[in-house]
Amino acid sequence: MGEILLQLNNISVVYSDVIQVLKGVSLSVEKGHIVSLLGSNGAGKTTTLKAISGLLKPENGEVTDGSVIYNGKNIQNQSPEYITRQGIIQVLEGRQPFKYLTIEENLRVGTATRPSKPYKQDLEMVYNYFPALVARRKSLAGYCSGGELQMLVIGRALMAHPQLLMLDEPSLGLAPLVVQEIFRIIKKINEEHETTIVLVEQNAHMALQVAHYAYVMENGKIMMEGASKDLADNPDVKEFYLGMAATGIAKSYKDVKAYRRRKRWL
Amino acid sequence: MDFFLQLLVNGVCVGLLYGISAMGFVMIFKSSSVLNFAHGELLALGAFFFLALITWAQIPIFAAFILTLIGCFILGFIIEKFFLRPLIGEKLIFVIMLTVGLAAMFKGLILLIWGGNLHTYPDFLPESLALKLGAIYIAPVYTATLVISIIFLVLFGLFFKQSSQGIYMRSVADNQKAALSLGVNVRRVFALSWAIAAMVASMSGIVLGIINGVNVHDLSSIGLKVFPVVILGGLDSISGAIIGGIIIGLLETFTGGYLSPSLRDVVPYIVLVFILLIKPYGLFGLVEIERV
Ligand SMILES: Nc1ncnc2c1ncn2[C@@H]1O[C@H](COP(=O)(O)OP(=O)(O)OP(=O)(O)O)[C@@H](O)[C@H]1O
Ligand SMILES: [Mg+2]
Repeated sequence: MGEILLQLNNISVVYSDVIQVLKGVSLSVEKGHIVSLLGSNGAGKTTTLKAISGLLKPENGEVTDGSVIYNGKNIQNQSPEYITRQGIIQVLEGRQPFKYLTIEENLRVGTATRPSKPYKQDLEMVYNYFPALVARRKSLAGYCSGGELQMLVIGRALMAHPQLLMLDEPSLGLAPLVVQEIFRIIKKINEEHETTIVLVEQNAHMALQVAHYAYVMENGKIMMEGASKDLADNPDVKEFYLGMAATGIAKSYKDVKAYRRRKRWL
Repeated sequence: MDFFLQLLVNGVCVGLLYGISAMGFVMIFKSSSVLNFAHGELLALGAFFFLALITWAQIPIFAAFILTLIGCFILGFIIEKFFLRPLIGEKLIFVIMLTVGLAAMFKGLILLIWGGNLHTYPDFLPESLALKLGAIYIAPVYTATLVISIIFLVLFGLFFKQSSQGIYMRSVADNQKAALSLGVNVRRVFALSWAIAAMVASMSGIVLGIINGVNVHDLSSIGLKVFPVVILGGLDSISGAIIGGIIIGLLETFTGGYLSPSLRDVVPYIVLVFILLIKPYGLFGLVEIERV
């Protein structure tokens, strides 16, 4: 067992003082690993990420119980400004570009945790990972395609030199080939920069391929955890998250698809 | 024809000033969604601060100008820190009432110190600044206005397009949640937008004071003109504010020149109502990009 970078101990999260969403979530993330967090809509995956990154506060949410330990420090309920400066960057669900900024300006916002340091080399690094962005560097992000935007927001996070990168559903609404490309790059970032990654996904199939370890959430609780290989072979996971009956034939693929389509309208 | 051109030049100059001062108003609105009803009083404060420096303290003109800009920059910071920050997250109506209260306070302060009379700056602009283009005569103050406005616009363009801090400010205006997730110091952005807005307002206040004289009622009612200007330009567009300013400036000078000086302050509002009837988002309001 390697060194633990992030540890959630039995945390509860409550929105607006009354709506309890997380009910005692514990998980740990080993340094240098990709850890995936799976679960259906409303399971509390995004809430878990926000509890780590400090982005609960603007939504009137709070960690009411338990602790978030990062690098040996207690960070629950700290401000996002503080937490990002400790090296944790969350890439938000639904991409969230700065629409009226150009691609390159979007990337430059990623330097906010270390202003007035040189950033040219980091731009090069991002363009190396995502060559598709180079041609569009001067165009407004608002006019870019979904795939380009997903690359943009990951690249923007890389500009901050994160030690822990948290990605919230990077495959959402993208074509299969683009999803493969994005996951290939996530793997590459993890290997080349030794960036620890927490990956929230609906696409359990892809997520289990790149992740070392995975947790399955349901209703604000962790239901299952294990090495990705073991989870991928688990019959329950196969049935509910990989869309296969125990025999290995696609069963509920139609359901999965219908619900993915609905999700895009959210 | 010459009269027309003369009015055109004056109108553009005054309009640039309106536009630049409206830019500050728009900046505050874009970054923190606060409508600042004390904008006119900030203008007046700048003009009176400059007056105090050159008449009472006898500081050289250029130094006094720079000092006023710096002083008002700091004042903007202080206003944000002590008055607006505690209200972050409160209902919009409270924040608006606060700015109305600030307006009353600043106006009262100026009335207390300088009274409500018309003051004038000593005549310090050299006649050599005047330009003669054929039969058109551009008075020194208008030349100075043009030069200062262009300097400000260029500096702003560089700041917002090139500097990291400027880009962080635009990111907050664009998508506050995403800016937070990247660690942008949002409170500093709010403070900075107040500081810059106050500084720019004081610059407009000084120049308008040179043109029209320094009177607290006049200057603060110019602050009200920010509304037709930004509504014309779109509440969220900085370049729109400049164009809106020039349009209002032209409307005023042409009305004053061709119709009647007493109408000049009313016409912008009348036109404003008509434009709003046709284009409720203002002529240059941002077209929402909807493809994400
Ligand atoms: N700001 C909020 N205030 C109140 N309830 C909220 C808030 N944000 C989320 N919730 C609730 O918390 C629950 C978990 O939401 P969360 O966004 O964490 O789920 P998720 O697992 O990310 O789902 P999805 O896959 O749809 O993104 C949902 O029932 C949601 O309605
Ligand atoms: Mg989510």
